[in-house]
Amino acid sequence: MDLIASILTITLRAGTSLVYATVGETFTERSGILNLGLEGMMLMAAVSSFATVYYTGSLALALLVGAAVGAALAAVHAFLTTTMRANQVVSGLSITLFGTGFASFLGQRLGPESNSHRLVGLTADRFSPIAVPGLGDIPFLRAFFNQDLLTYGMYLLIPLAWFYLYRTRSGLWLRAVGEDPQTADAMGINVFRTKYLYTMLGGAFVGLGGAHLSLAYTPGWSENITGGRGWIVIALVIFSTWNPARAIWGALLFGGINAVQFRLQAAGTTIPAGILNMLPYVATIVVLVLITWWEALSKRVGAPASLGNAYMREEK
Amino acid sequence: MRLHFEKRKSLSIGALFLVPAISFLASLLLTGLLLVAFGADPMATYAAMLKGAFGSGRAFTETLVKAVPLMLTGLGVGLAFKLRFWNIGAEGQLVVAGVAASWVALFWNSWMPPFLLLPAALLVGCMAGALWAGIPALLKTSLKVDETLVTLMLNYVAILFAESLYYGPWRDPKGFGFPGSAPFPDSVLLPHIAGRAHIGLYFAIALALILWFLINRTRWGFELKIIGSSHKAARYQGISVERKILAAILLSGALCGLAGATEVTGISHRLQQGLSVGYGYTAIIVAWMSQLNPLAVVPVSILMAGLLVGGDQVQMKMGLPAAMSLVMQGMILFPMLAGSLFTEFRIRRAGKAAKDAQTMAPGGAA
Repeated sequence: MDLIASILTITLRAGTSLVYATVGETFTERSGILNLGLEGMMLMAAVSSFATVYYTGSLALALLVGAAVGAALAAVHAFLTTTMRANQVVSGLSITLFGTGFASFLGQRLGPESNSHRLVGLTADRFSPIAVPGLGDIPFLRAFFNQDLLTYGMYLLIPLAWFYLYRTRSGLWLRAVGEDPQTADAMGINVFRTKYLYTMLGGAFVGLGGAHLSLAYTPGWSENITGGRGWIVIALVIFSTWNPARAIWGALLFGGINAVQFRLQAAGTTIPAGILNMLPYVATIVVLVLITWWEALSKRVGAPASLGNAYMREEK
Repeated sequence: MRLHFEKRKSLSIGALFLVPAISFLASLLLTGLLLVAFGADPMATYAAMLKGAFGSGRAFTETLVKAVPLMLTGLGVGLAFKLRFWNIGAEGQLVVAGVAASWVALFWNSWMPPFLLLPAALLVGCMAGALWAGIPALLKTSLKVDETLVTLMLNYVAILFAESLYYGPWRDPKGFGFPGSAPFPDSVLLPHIAGRAHIGLYFAIALALILWFLINRTRWGFELKIIGSSHKAARYQGISVERKILAAILLSGALCGLAGATEVTGISHRLQQGLSVGYGYTAIIVAWMSQLNPLAVVPVSILMAGLLVGGDQVQMKMGLPAAMSLVMQGMILFPMLAGSLFTEFRIRRAGKAAKDAQTMAPGGAA
């Protein structure tokens, strides 16, 4: 029981950044924009929010910076793909390439000169787990209630995002834009503004996901702190069939893999570390294959119909 | 003023050269601003980079050393992109091929005649790269599984696999704990041209020419272009789309594989850390800057390699972060993508376009 609780605790902690980013990318993709820049955006958010807390000591400001950086990079993607009609795949890849490079540049440039590794290896304030009085002591449930503030935020984010998407007018409009931009346009919805808005909003949540890594999960900055999470999230959005309520399952699955890895390594397993570290990536492929196969069998299409296509307003 | 966008029927030659050139200059400018913000002199930095990459015979051969894997992976990625198959797994295909070539180099020399060892290593490397690209290609063509994610995930798997070999069973017992395999026998080493530049350069240039010919002058290439523009149109033409894609992606993987095989047999001469340095990702930039034209891949790769070598030089001499060249590379694509609006569309004032359409003979409008 203790073991399960401890694995569940780590699972939720590891899954938090994935949930924020999955919800963010779900909103973006619902507007018909595929953003493959997540890995770069998460890295940029992670490095800038850690630098913020290191220099100012303010965790709130750090979160704000992380979200702003995510939104700013997403704005570049929105501009290139909607206004300039660039290919969404290549634009997203550019964001990732640029973000990866720029994040590591900042890590090598910020921080005190006395530290030869600059930003790497420093410590600062962090979001530590806070036990909820009363609930934090109940045997199984305490895994849920011994978490940091961002994880508590995640418990709220999932139902709120679901409600917004499926139970509000704005959510309906958003889905309309992603499904059929021509019709949405005819209905009087501003398609371009919707795409910009939700790409940037999605970017802000992705930024929060990145910030959780450097402020809570593995506090501090190290190169490649995301370890491909930005890409795993793209798969998680497919896994959750573009529904924020299901984002939690994917995050639990991949957070769980992290937790099991962590436990096995701590227990001194004989499985080579290299093989163990392959798990999340192999699992992503397997999950992706199964989901695609299942969707084909059950003939359901989860993806917004216009995903990936540049919208061009018909000229009269 | 309302603007009217018309899809160009063929690429504009002017835009074809201008857009990449302007993009490169824009990247220099943006990175220059960044350098100023961090208190470095951009002109001095660029001068040092240029000198470091092209300023001497030794510098130039070092640039060529990095240009070879960029050319080969750039060709491979470009071929896949032509089909709208987003192969971003060049890095993994390179690494797996490096492992396979190392396997031949380390373990086949006991029974294989020495003169066959090098060709065998290169061939097995290509096959491994093709196989690694074949997994996402097969998943895509048979089950429609998203290839971007599968190719990328396989990069991580390949890199971890290589690491577990040179940290584990393949580690050189005489290597003083250094993570790497034993050195390869001499018979498997690629001959050098000058400095560390090896004959892989000739392979890359020859393959660029061959690929250009295949794409632009054969039926196979013509069919690839149709598939790239529309799968539906290709099916109407009676082209077996899935089979063509599968074959082309195997070739794409083999090209990336050759990059890995020439890296281990031409440069490192053993399997060790540093095989994966991101060539496979830079290849995406190379392919896009070359506008998927195999011939353009050669000069663009040399330019990108110059950026990498020059970046290393300013890091050593001026204490700038090594990641600076990554930032520059990343910045090149943004203006490039924004510019695609001008290469792919003809932009005219709305009134004029409408008038032209009216004067066009009936049936003449596309």
